[in-house]
Amino acid sequence: MSEASSRTGSRTGSRTEAAIRASGDRALIGYLPVGYPDLDTCVEAVLALADAGFTAIELGVPYSDPGMDGPVIQAATQATLERGFRLEELFLALEAITARTDIPVLVMTYWNPVLRHGVDRFAERFAAAGGAGLITPDLTPENAAEWLDAAERHDLDRVFLAAPSSSDARLDGVIEASRGFVYTVSTMGTTGTRADVDLAARALADRIEVRAEALGRETLRCVGVGISTAAHVRQVVDYADGAIVGSALVRALGDGGVPALRELADSLVVGTLDGGPAGPASAQKGASA
Amino acid sequence: MIEQLRDHHGPWYGGYGGVFMPEPLMAAIDELAQAYEQCRTDEAFQAEFARLSRDYTGRPSLLTEATRLSERAGARILLKREDLNHTGSHKINNVLGQALVAQRLGKTRLIAETGAGQHGVATATAAALFGMECVVYMGEVDTERQALNVARMRLLGAEVVPVKSGSRTLKDAINEGLRDWVANVDTTHYLMGTVAGPHPFPEMVRDFHRAIGEEAREQTIAMTGGLPHAVLACVGGGSNAMGIFHAFLDDPEVRLIGLEAAGDGAETERHALSIERGAPGLLHGMRTYLLQDEDGQTLESHSISAGLDYPGVGPEHAWLHDIGRAEYQPVSDAEAMDAFLALTRAEGIIPAIESAHAVAGALRLAKEQPGATLVVSLSGRGDKDVATAGRWFDMLDEGAQQT
Repeated sequence: MSEASSRTGSRTGSRTEAAIRASGDRALIGYLPVGYPDLDTCVEAVLALADAGFTAIELGVPYSDPGMDGPVIQAATQATLERGFRLEELFLALEAITARTDIPVLVMTYWNPVLRHGVDRFAERFAAAGGAGLITPDLTPENAAEWLDAAERHDLDRVFLAAPSSSDARLDGVIEASRGFVYTVSTMGTTGTRADVDLAARALADRIEVRAEALGRETLRCVGVGISTAAHVRQVVDYADGAIVGSALVRALGDGGVPALRELADSLVVGTLDGGPAGPASAQKGASA
Repeated sequence: MIEQLRDHHGPWYGGYGGVFMPEPLMAAIDELAQAYEQCRTDEAFQAEFARLSRDYTGRPSLLTEATRLSERAGARILLKREDLNHTGSHKINNVLGQALVAQRLGKTRLIAETGAGQHGVATATAAALFGMECVVYMGEVDTERQALNVARMRLLGAEVVPVKSGSRTLKDAINEGLRDWVANVDTTHYLMGTVAGPHPFPEMVRDFHRAIGEEAREQTIAMTGGLPHAVLACVGGGSNAMGIFHAFLDDPEVRLIGLEAAGDGAETERHALSIERGAPGLLHGMRTYLLQDEDGQTLESHSISAGLDYPGVGPEHAWLHDIGRAEYQPVSDAEAMDAFLALTRAEGIIPAIESAHAVAGALRLAKEQPGATLVVSLSGRGDKDVATAGRWFDMLDEGAQQT
């Protein structure tokens, strides 16, 4: 991989970055709501993803007003809240998971639950429970000073979002503030096709690479764009450093429990392997750098 | 010299407000904030807004002295008649302003959330007037209790989407609207209906409603020879209240009183008292007082009035509360409905149930301050609430309930 040498001066401390690099910058990250459908099954599900060869886990905190989630994840997190989910379960789940696997576990959370808990108190407990870092969909870097201080103190990753509409100046802010990776999002508009979304995500991943280089940073880019098959995974890891799968896993877990999840996970992992059947263009990766 | 309260601008009102939005919407929010900043000082924009307000909405709205109600209450009650605006509430002021901004931004599609349906109807009206596509998100609970407004929006050409997530009310309609905006931001303007959400919405929506207070202040002086003792308005998100309070912010002798919906009662757990019972937190892109549990989950609000059934409040209200410039008091469903009937019977004016909360506040204040001059924001008319009121007062004939 041609750009690997440019990453040798990387920051230390991020287990997520280390894991993504260890995957050959072809990471597979799985999203599951914490506590869904119940605490024990959630832990088993995470362990199944780790065992299948996923690179990192993204646990979502169920929240009453999930402005960024699609219908499948909304339905799952709402069901989790309705059965009485409390934030304490997050720390219990983290402890149970990290006692049994070394896979980095990031947590995706809307900001109000963290704010309510107390940012530093949350970060301290989160780190103690073995969490790797936070993905913050409704907290942008300009509002994140308190969180960045706490993350630094407790050696946690902070993953911010980048979007196709983000200006260069905003991308720079995201790149500077992020540790772990930059969450590259692209949304399926009402008229958008899968191919359009891929194009937009690829263009954004390339822009981030260019901006990061200009800033002298080595930034990893993981992409979440409605990925549900090994072919999608392969497509994404050919231009970005990792693929994030969410709704497809949640649906499998909801419909068929851990066995169905494991089956889907095994099939998705194939997409990260070099030279698979549908693997074109891996040489294009980083071509714009 | 202290800064005039009237000159205060976003994004921050003390520690409240700000911009807490997902990155995919930040470009649209920045673009909107810049566009609005230009519109604020652009003479052509302001002239067009003034023309529409006069010729389409029917501004200035009347200030009506409620003589018979005043007599019974023991105070001088003046009603600021936003119920007489085209579409029947104050909401049209903001909608026309934002539609003009959207037009300048080249957007062809308006999306909005609505609770009682008044803002949805106003948005659908503006979309028809401006030749724009319109989608209105409305909690499923609200589409049921406000079926007439759903039909009005559809008649106007809007698509009404019943929102089935969460508590299926206003807050969930906002979430769904924001999701739509993320996906369609190139063509679409999110037409926020209250002084809430991320900057520039609280400031922009307030500005488009400022005429309510400016007119009321002049009209009160002309009618009574001086300023009122108090100005009262209902507060859900708080747009009619901000609109009428704003002109009086730097008149310290004028009490500004916002009436929050207490639902079953301030002593119960079923209410919408964001300021009185809430705590600061984040919702819908702003920091403000919020009904939330220990885990930071938003709690469901409760009110007979769909338009006040919101667990947050505009950030400028949160700030005015903290600095003591405005007071916020609870009015229960029962008090509001008593005031609804009192105004209807005394003056022949059927208020929106939302506005009846402000009337209730005035009737209560009249007992504390007999003889005082009280300006009440009559933010909307009650046509949409006839079925709810008919049930409340048991005035519907058996078998006559039509949907």
